[in-house]
This record gives sequence, structure tokens and C-alpha cells, in this order.
Amino acid sequence: MSTLLQIDDLHVSYGAIRALRGISFKVDKGAVVTLIGANGAGKSTLLRTISGLLRPKQGQILYWADGNGGSEQPCRLSDLQAHDVVRKGVAQVPEGRIIFANLSVKENLQMGAFTRNDKAGIAQDMDYVMSLFPRLAERIKQNAGTLSGGEQQMLAIGRALMSRPRLLLLDEPSLGLSPVLVQTVFATIRQINGNGTTILLVEQNAHMALTTAQTGFVLETGTIALSGPCSELLHSDDVRRTYLGEN
Amino acid sequence: MSQFVQQLVNGLSLGAIYALIALGYTMVYGILRLINFAHGDVYMVGAFVGYYLGRILNAGAASSSPSVLNFFLVLGGSMGACALLGWVLERSAYRPLRKAPRLNALITAIGISLLLENLGQLIFGADPKDFPTLVERTSLSVGIVTFSNIQLIVIVTAIVLMLGLQYIVHRTKMGTAMRAVSFSHDASGLMGINIHRVISFTFVLGSALAAAAGILVGLYNPKIDPLMGIMPGLKAFVAAVLGGIGNIPGAIVGGLIMGVAETLTIGYLSSTYRDAITFVILVAVLLFRPTGLFGTTARAKV
Repeated sequence: MSTLLQIDDLHVSYGAIRALRGISFKVDKGAVVTLIGANGAGKSTLLRTISGLLRPKQGQILYWADGNGGSEQPCRLSDLQAHDVVRKGVAQVPEGRIIFANLSVKENLQMGAFTRNDKAGIAQDMDYVMSLFPRLAERIKQNAGTLSGGEQQMLAIGRALMSRPRLLLLDEPSLGLSPVLVQTVFATIRQINGNGTTILLVEQNAHMALTTAQTGFVLETGTIALSGPCSELLHSDDVRRTYLGEN
Repeated sequence: MSQFVQQLVNGLSLGAIYALIALGYTMVYGILRLINFAHGDVYMVGAFVGYYLGRILNAGAASSSPSVLNFFLVLGGSMGACALLGWVLERSAYRPLRKAPRLNALITAIGISLLLENLGQLIFGADPKDFPTLVERTSLSVGIVTFSNIQLIVIVTAIVLMLGLQYIVHRTKMGTAMRAVSFSHDASGLMGINIHRVISFTFVLGSALAAAAGILVGLYNPKIDPLMGIMPGLKAFVAAVLGGIGNIPGAIVGGLIMGVAETLTIGYLSSTYRDAITFVILVAVLLFRPTGLFGTTARAKV
């Protein structure tokens, strides 16, 4: 497998507070990789740094647009601003969705395609998003603020897909959703991955995350405490006790 | 009755000018949560650019007769110049403070306002100047109401510009991005929207509208001076608060109400109170409806 994203010794601070203390890992092209951890472990900080909303204090984020880890010159995402990171093919569904409540569903999706000018391609991706989330098609002209929580999550995912990302970052897509909707959202994540998009998934719902992804990392107070194939993590005593609530 | 209708017409033309200025306040607030106190002075600069352009054009015309073409040239030239001024101000004064506490930007805005007023006095001179005649004033009568062609030009120009703004904000990609940025800077960045560019664009639009207001006021009330932006700037700010700051239709309605309130005060009370009514309205809004007529709590729109 070829590497799409590589994070080397990443340190991020909020003033004196050190949120990430030397994180290193790789994401292979075509994979679903998950980061699990408790509140305050630094999960959202990591995704915000990859997306260019935060600057690392130390370390770097390397990205190979066509997933050739090593053979081609990588792009240093850690030097780019948020809007340029999107242009490179990395989209994020932020924590709490942050859909534009003052815009219509359609306008939200159009904003997702802000970096693109290919009308035909945008229309095609609009259809793709509608096929993933038929509910959005019914509400296309509605103000996005009037959508239910689940619909808003669907819109947030659809909006991120509109930039036709190679790498999709998902920050707690299960947050605030009913168990049935969580199942739906994760089924969609698998479907999106099946269509060729690499996924980096941050979750507190460790069970759903570890059964969806192939590789997992456990983040504790800004460092990676455990890592490995998800099948192994699911059976690790530490993970079972701390994150799956089993004895 | 005829006096009332007459004052209403006068108030609407004055209010249209306030509304054009208020739009700039409300758009910048919607996107940056910043009260750009220098905005009234951009309107002053607009009037002065128009003053010099108008004099050059009138001097150049062989017959030296005013023409509607000159009006459009002056309007366009002044809007362009102030659009550039707005861009420069945002770039040089506000952008470096993007990550600073909001109060810093507010104080900077007051500083820019003082700078423009004093530069104006230095460059243009402190004495009032007569705005060149671009359009010969004539009177028109419809039924019981008499109004000047200038009032008609003011109202029509304002309506055309507002419709243009409405089109930009609701029908173009940049306008949709403005509304997105007003909702969340972070989420907009994650969409690939360059928020700095959107903010610059907002200043450019608002400043061009302020310049248009400066030209219209030059036609309407042809004495201009470097401190002329202070009072209309305050009134337009109150208009934006009255309509619900951050809300575009609110700024228009607020501006019209302010204009009508002012002319009715002049007509029925005394012109001494024409400025006082502004602040009576401000106090009343803050007491009874702090979010303004169309404002919603917290969730601001462009």
C-alpha cells in the first residue's frame, strides 16, 4: 500500500497548554484509519491541524496527492492555510457539523464545491451526494438550519464530499445521533470508502470506529498510547476496559 | 396631509442615503463582528472624489452644461476609488488584527476614522465646498406632492444599487461565500473559501456603496466638508442597529425609517431636534428590542 498522509512528531499548543505532544502515524491510500480517545485527548486538535486551522509548533504533515508515499515530492500540509489544504484534496467534516444554518441545503453543497469550477463534475457529485443521502434531495431548497440533527450530519458529510476529496477527515460523526442513525452514518462511511476515498475517522464511539476501520490509534493526553490493526485493538484489555466499557 | 406626504418623500430620499451607508456597517459587522467606525469617513472621501471628478468633467465640457452622463462618470469613479480605499484599509489596518481581541480592531477603526477626518482637512481644506452641479435641479409635481428630479435620482440610484447588492449576495458564488463566512470562519475555511478574500470583498462592496451615498448627498445637499461623515455615519450606524445589525434588508428599512423620522421631526417639531431623534431611536431600540427589527439572537447574517 502507498502512503497518502504521514504525520511526523507533531506538537500543537494552545498558549501554554500542550494539546499534542509528538504524534506520528501514517494513513495508507484507500484505508479507513481511526483515532479513538476520551474528551480532551487531542483528537479534534489533530484534525484541525491537518486541515490548516491550527499551526503545529513542531513536526510536519506530509501528503502525497496521488498516494505514492516516497516516490513523488510530498506536499507539506503544515505550511498551508485551510483553504489551500482543501484544494489539495483533503476535506473535513468538523465536530458539531457546523453546517451553514443561514444557507439552503443546496447552497451548503455548493459551498462544499467552492474550490471547483467544473460545472458538469459538480452536478455529477451533487447527484452522488443525493444518492448517498436521499433525504437531502427532499430538502434541497430548505434552510439548512431547519434540518434535524441526523440530516445535518448527512449534509455536513455531503458538503465535504463536494470538493471530491482524496482524504476525508471525519470528526465524531456519531455525536448526538440516535443509535439507528449512527448505524446509517457508518454504513455511509463504508460506502464512501468503497468508492475510493481514504478516511481518517475520529470517534468516541470506539466500538463503531474499530469495527469500521482497519487500523486504529488510541490517543491519550496528546500522545498515541496504543496502535495496531482494529481487530487486535478490539481485543486489547486496555481498550476494552477504557473505551468499550467492558470488564 | 400634503405636508405629511411631502415630508415622507423628503424622508425617503434622505433615508435612501442613510441606508446605503448602513449597508456597509451591517455587512462588515455580519462578517467580522466589527463596527467599522471609519465607514462614515469613507462616505466623506466618496463625496470629495466626486467633487474633484465633477469639477474636472464640468471644466472639460465645452458648453460646461451639466449632464446625466457626467453624473454616472462621477458616481462610477467615486465608487471605484472608495472600493480601493476600503480594500487598502482592510488590508493594512484590520487584517493584521484578525487574531487579536475584537476590541483592538474597534479602537483601530476609531483611529482610522480620526485619520481620515484629519487627512481630509489637510488635503481638501477644512472649509465647506460647493459640490459641482452635475444635474440641473428641476421640480416635478405629482398630485399634491412636489419633489425635485434630484430626489428622484437619489431614490432610483439607491434602489438600483440595493438590487445589485441583493443579486451579488444571493445569486453569486462570492455572495454565498460572504453569507457562509458570516456564519463561521472555520467552516468556511474548511470549504476552501479564502476568508481573507471574502472579507476584502465585503469592505470593497460596503465602501463603494458609501461612496455612492457621498455622491448622492452632494447632489442633494451640495455643501461638503471633511467632517461631513461623522453625523451621517452615526445615523447610518443607528439605522443598522435599528434594522438588526448584520441583516441587509434590516439596514435598508432602518435607513429609510431614520430618514423619515428626521424629516418628520424637522417638519412638525423643530429642525433643532433633527439629530436628537437619531439617538432617541437608538436608546429606544436598545431598551425595547436590542436585536433590532429583523435581528435574531446571536445568529447574525450578512
